[in-house]
Amino acid sequence: MLKFVARRLGVMVLTALALTFVVFYLTNLPPNLEKLARTEGSVRMTDQAVASWIENNGHGGSVFGRYAQWLGVAPGWVLTDDKGVTRGRCIRAGTDPAAASSYCGVLQGEWGFSTVFKKPVLESVLQKLGSTGWLMLWVMIVMVPTSLLMGVLSGMREGSRTDRGLSIIAIATTATPEYVSGVILVAVFASVTAGVSPILHEWGWISTKTLFLGTATSAMDNITFWNFALPVLTIALYGIGYIARMTRASMTEVMVQQYIRTARLKGVRFRDVVMRHALRNALIAPFTVIMLQFPWLLNGVVITEALFNYKGFGWTLVQAAGNNDIDLLLGCSVVAVLVVLVTQLISDIGYVFLNPRIRLA
Amino acid sequence: MDETTLLSWGQIIARILQQFLPVWIALIVTFILSIRYKRKLGLYGKLFDSPVGMVGLLLVLFWVYTAFFADMIITMDPIAQFGRVKNPPPGTPLVDPKDGQYAYFLLGADHLARDVFSRVVMGARRVLMIAPAATTFAFMVGVTLGLPAGYFGGKLDTALSFAANLVLAFPVILLFYLLVTPEIRVTGIPTYLAAVLFIFPVIFFCTLFNSRFFTSPPKRNLYVGLTLVIGLWAYSGLAFNMDPLGVWSMDPNLLNVFVSVVFVNSPTVFRIVRGIVMDLKARDYVAAGQTRGESAWYIMLWEILPNARGPLIVDFCLRIGYTTILLGTLGFFGLGVSPESPDWGSTIDDGRKLLSLYLHPAITPALALMSLVLGLNLLADGLREESLKD
Amino acid sequence: MTDTTWDASKPILEIENLSISFFTRMREIPAVMDFSCSVMAGESMGLVGESGCGKSTVALAVLRDLGKNGRIVSGTIKFKGRDLTHMGDEELRHIRGSEIAMIYQEPMASLNPAMKIGAQLAEVPMIHQGMAKEDAWKLARQIIADVRLPDPDRILHAYPHQLSGGQQQRIVIAMALMSKPALLILDEPTTALDVTVEAGIVDLVKDLGTKYGTSMLFISHNLGLILDVCDRLCVMYSGEAVETGNVIEVFDKMRHPYTQALFRSIPLPGADKNTHPLVAIPGNFPLPHERPPGCNFGPRCDYFKDGLCNAAEVPMFPVPGDDRHATRCFRWTEIDWEAPMTLKASKPKTPIGKVVLKMEDLKKYYSVSSGGFGSGTTKVVKANETLSFEAREGETLAIVGESGCGKSTFAKVLMGLETATSGSILLFDENVQSTPIQQRNTDTVSSVQMVFQNPFDTLNPSMNVGRQIIRALEIFKQGKSDEERHARMLELLDLVKLPRAFAERMPRQLSGGQKQRVGIARAFAGGAKVVVADEPVSALDVSVQAAVTDLLMDIQRENKTTLLFISHDLSIVRYLSDRVMVMYLGHVVEMGTTDQVFQPPYHPYTEALLSAVPIADTKVIRKRIVLEGDIPSAMNPPPGCPFQTRCRWKSLVPGGLCDVEMPPVKMLEGGHQVKCHLSDNVLATMEPVIKVAAE
Repeated sequence: MLKFVARRLGVMVLTALALTFVVFYLTNLPPNLEKLARTEGSVRMTDQAVASWIENNGHGGSVFGRYAQWLGVAPGWVLTDDKGVTRGRCIRAGTDPAAASSYCGVLQGEWGFSTVFKKPVLESVLQKLGSTGWLMLWVMIVMVPTSLLMGVLSGMREGSRTDRGLSIIAIATTATPEYVSGVILVAVFASVTAGVSPILHEWGWISTKTLFLGTATSAMDNITFWNFALPVLTIALYGIGYIARMTRASMTEVMVQQYIRTARLKGVRFRDVVMRHALRNALIAPFTVIMLQFPWLLNGVVITEALFNYKGFGWTLVQAAGNNDIDLLLGCSVVAVLVVLVTQLISDIGYVFLNPRIRLA
Repeated sequence: MDETTLLSWGQIIARILQQFLPVWIALIVTFILSIRYKRKLGLYGKLFDSPVGMVGLLLVLFWVYTAFFADMIITMDPIAQFGRVKNPPPGTPLVDPKDGQYAYFLLGADHLARDVFSRVVMGARRVLMIAPAATTFAFMVGVTLGLPAGYFGGKLDTALSFAANLVLAFPVILLFYLLVTPEIRVTGIPTYLAAVLFIFPVIFFCTLFNSRFFTSPPKRNLYVGLTLVIGLWAYSGLAFNMDPLGVWSMDPNLLNVFVSVVFVNSPTVFRIVRGIVMDLKARDYVAAGQTRGESAWYIMLWEILPNARGPLIVDFCLRIGYTTILLGTLGFFGLGVSPESPDWGSTIDDGRKLLSLYLHPAITPALALMSLVLGLNLLADGLREESLKD
Repeated sequence: MTDTTWDASKPILEIENLSISFFTRMREIPAVMDFSCSVMAGESMGLVGESGCGKSTVALAVLRDLGKNGRIVSGTIKFKGRDLTHMGDEELRHIRGSEIAMIYQEPMASLNPAMKIGAQLAEVPMIHQGMAKEDAWKLARQIIADVRLPDPDRILHAYPHQLSGGQQQRIVIAMALMSKPALLILDEPTTALDVTVEAGIVDLVKDLGTKYGTSMLFISHNLGLILDVCDRLCVMYSGEAVETGNVIEVFDKMRHPYTQALFRSIPLPGADKNTHPLVAIPGNFPLPHERPPGCNFGPRCDYFKDGLCNAAEVPMFPVPGDDRHATRCFRWTEIDWEAPMTLKASKPKTPIGKVVLKMEDLKKYYSVSSGGFGSGTTKVVKANETLSFEAREGETLAIVGESGCGKSTFAKVLMGLETATSGSILLFDENVQSTPIQQRNTDTVSSVQMVFQNPFDTLNPSMNVGRQIIRALEIFKQGKSDEERHARMLELLDLVKLPRAFAERMPRQLSGGQKQRVGIARAFAGGAKVVVADEPVSALDVSVQAAVTDLLMDIQRENKTTLLFISHDLSIVRYLSDRVMVMYLGHVVEMGTTDQVFQPPYHPYTEALLSAVPIADTKVIRKRIVLEGDIPSAMNPPPGCPFQTRCRWKSLVPGGLCDVEMPPVKMLEGGHQVKCHLSDNVLATMEPVIKVAAE
């Protein structure tokens, strides 16, 4: 078991290195750096000036070298210009160059400075991550039980009316990406002109113009049902269908297994057949699916945060990418990659835990 | 009828149904023929035994025919702006229609006074051109790599699986932000990616024909030769925009989107194919092929692949839907094919900004996209169910 | 638990005129028609028939578990006088597992992989008797000891995958016995097990049946097994019971043509491929929706009479004088049952020619990384150890052994799918031991071909039959043009006695036997000289087995093919082979002519194997030798002699030699080889396992 975890961790570190390198490479492409130079320096810089700006700000040299610096396994660059001012990766403006440490990368906790937010990257990423954490928490609370219940209910009697109905719902939600369901939910519940809000308002059931709020900006400070339900539902809906389909497939497969027949012919109640004999075996596959859903949930988060103007991690990612904020984008990527890899590890370990057949070694 | 009043909803629906007339005719003909000959049509025919599959097929075919007859269906130029009124609601008459011009915004117009109905219909054409093609390429890549990975296993499998997992571990949205930017086009990375990804179909078909017909060289030379000529011709045009005859070409912006979508989809196909191959390679007919000295590629392509077709067809349908969603996502983030383009994602993105005031510019493409993907998912479900029964 | 109203002299189970159908979207498919039988207390009833005859459907109907599509159309099933067909779910649940219990074909699949054995066992009394958890576990422990499993405490806390197949089946039996049921239904309980393990299970079932006084409904396709276990039997054909009665009476005085044909198509001692060939039942099993009018067996019956047999449904006729013996045949009184079977012309023995294949000291080792996640340690699996033999032209060499004996590895090495670790293979005077198949020339490849075990797997499901044979012709460079190859393909179909129209068929349209014939045609496409047949008939029904075996023999006679016949079924081996090689855990433990191997002196393993195979002949007396334990894993073979862990003769070897030293190959007279430490004197004392009682 220990060896297995160690191996998995090894692969994980390798994956993390490979992924962060790809992100680093793609964000530090020459055109991006030129753009950065023009936004940091001046828009009317000559090509030559751009080149020297890039060189003077530590963006020259091989991409591997720069990656190592960014990671913190190679000493940061130090340059002394013609005026005798020494600047460097690890030297803050106005501090003594001699006092600065020589390594300052991600590993040392130096994630760079965001040009959009004018704040250190780590600080802004952590803060936004907190907001997104709440969103994810509620998504999970809504999504996991609902989808598992739907999947188990439809899978335990394949072909029944319950199954048909739930399956259609599940298929319909998987066919509705967040940017569609978000639009529809807003149309139905948070539009001044359409949906249920005008009617309810007319009847005097609600005092506000709309039933739910069309934006979730206020949820940054104070989460309420009315400002948070729509974004949570938007993300959860897509996942619900997918996980419910998986659970159903797994459940139907288990329900035709011979050991289920054994249990039935032992005289076990149908309810206990499902709960005691089928459920654990049927949940192995969906468990891994739920964990592997995270990269996809991240997608949903980005779309939903943009749609509902909720300033969380996804929103930050959009800002970083849209404004060529290289350090911030790198920071976001590191977090995203870490989240994905950690969930994969949990999924692997959980799989071994749930499935006694592979608990060897 | 008074010029300034809006059409009623009943009138709007009647007019829309009328616009779609060619689609209705095509659908009716298809369904009558299919149901009559369903016993001779294999898996496709069996689809007509499953209500779910039929509804799915109906939705998909509706959009396919809409894309096909789009020029006959649209009421206005989808890119042109008509009048200065922003976001006129559905059924608004044009202020001063010219001769022969359609007099109403059937489903309203957007903030630039472009006709929503025509944009959505034209958007179908865009989506149905890109999504199936991108999915096909993803399948070519996934199959060509998944077969040997599953069949040979070992180091090859380890390396390929690691690479596939690497791509899969990327949050898709991040990958798109990194891959689909105007800056990246300057570096030529999309072209390199295209050069790698687009060669797979050529490799696939060459090995396919060679492994089967190497016993009779004239036939082999004919098939492989034809593949090489057509394949490399198209390849030069699509990947490098260097087709000497100028038939094959792809707009650099479109190429960028296309390549990214193929790149994101192929690892999943790879994993599916690899899994099926690992299962099927233990069959006796594979062993029979081995004991008569068949080449590994013959066994993979002619003994294993045809028997993996069931799950692959199902996944193909699902994946077109997924690709449609991805394209929409790209459009939604303004990374779409072009800002002018009427593709559904961009239209939703345009419309969402004023969502709580004006619904129609966003909701129509949203419903269109949802119905197409729903159709594909239902179709896949029907196919899966019917292919299991035998 | 016993119902007070039930009279013990009445049948425990009484099925009357039961009809069961399955309903699909297209049509109703009758699976069982007008089936009647009764089981008395303490009696064991055998249900025998070929696959698809409806015997398992009857069993599941008794437990009312026919799935969504199955329905009991008419008739009654009375258990202790109560009609099960109209019982509510709740009432049914109290009977299932407590009064009627079932034992299944595949033990691994029948146990919940995620639950501990103890929990699965204890559940039964907890549900039915409301027993406390501790008491239930105690009972479970006791029953595990009853089914003769070692170390019950460990097993209670084990998961199913940690047990071997034989142990799992014992657990399934234990589970069935947990609440001391009145009726036990056994659905092919030993089919998935090795023969020597099967023997142990059969013994256990018989003993426990007596000990607990349980009635049994025993379902099997194996007549020999029915004779071993049952008091009465019911022969089923195509959804109907065709003959029922006391086992001895039905075996010796059968009164239905199908039963007679069945017995004539199975290889019993005395049958011989040249002088007493088997008589295959002509034609095919009818599909459920294509059953003929009148007698279902009519079209395949030698005694068929037009206008009588196909005129009306046949009722059951009691056979007077016998013990509740009945037959479903109009003509049973007219047929001369004592008439000897019209012997097919005996065929000339194939002359044995020169040596075509010679193996010397062949070894094949695999290195396998053990542990689920490759924890680093690699183990060497010795799949084949010092294999030496030769095979001659026109000869049939049988390779006999149970799972893990290395016979499949041997086939792979010979075919060139794997290369040997050491030793040599001489094929037509050419060394091929280290030539993988890609490097062999077409001639060599086409002259060594293989017939596979599983008919449902042997053909590519998405390519038509003709195309598959033509592909083999193309690869073997047969024929100059497509037309020539097409013509040759049709000839090959003739050769395997299939209609030429089959060329256009897809494999799924063929029956198992027909598929196997196509497989044979494909193997002979390049004029194969050596054919490895890996259990070619074991997955087929007995009546089809005979036909396919005959076909192989005929082709062998014509082409002077060397046949390497891999099998675990000693009856068929005795019937068709010239020489026999017995393998155990990668070693050849005995080799000789068929007569030598089937007569004493035996290798102790051969002796046990012979004794384990059930024989469907009341005149045969078999010595019971039941081996202890399971076959050791090839990953972890015992030291010394591979068979020492289960050998009953081990104590007669002085000095514990078996535990430490691999026995040498001992040459007996006539080239008979035995790999055993036993001295000649001890070997000479061995008695024959099978004796045919004097008439």
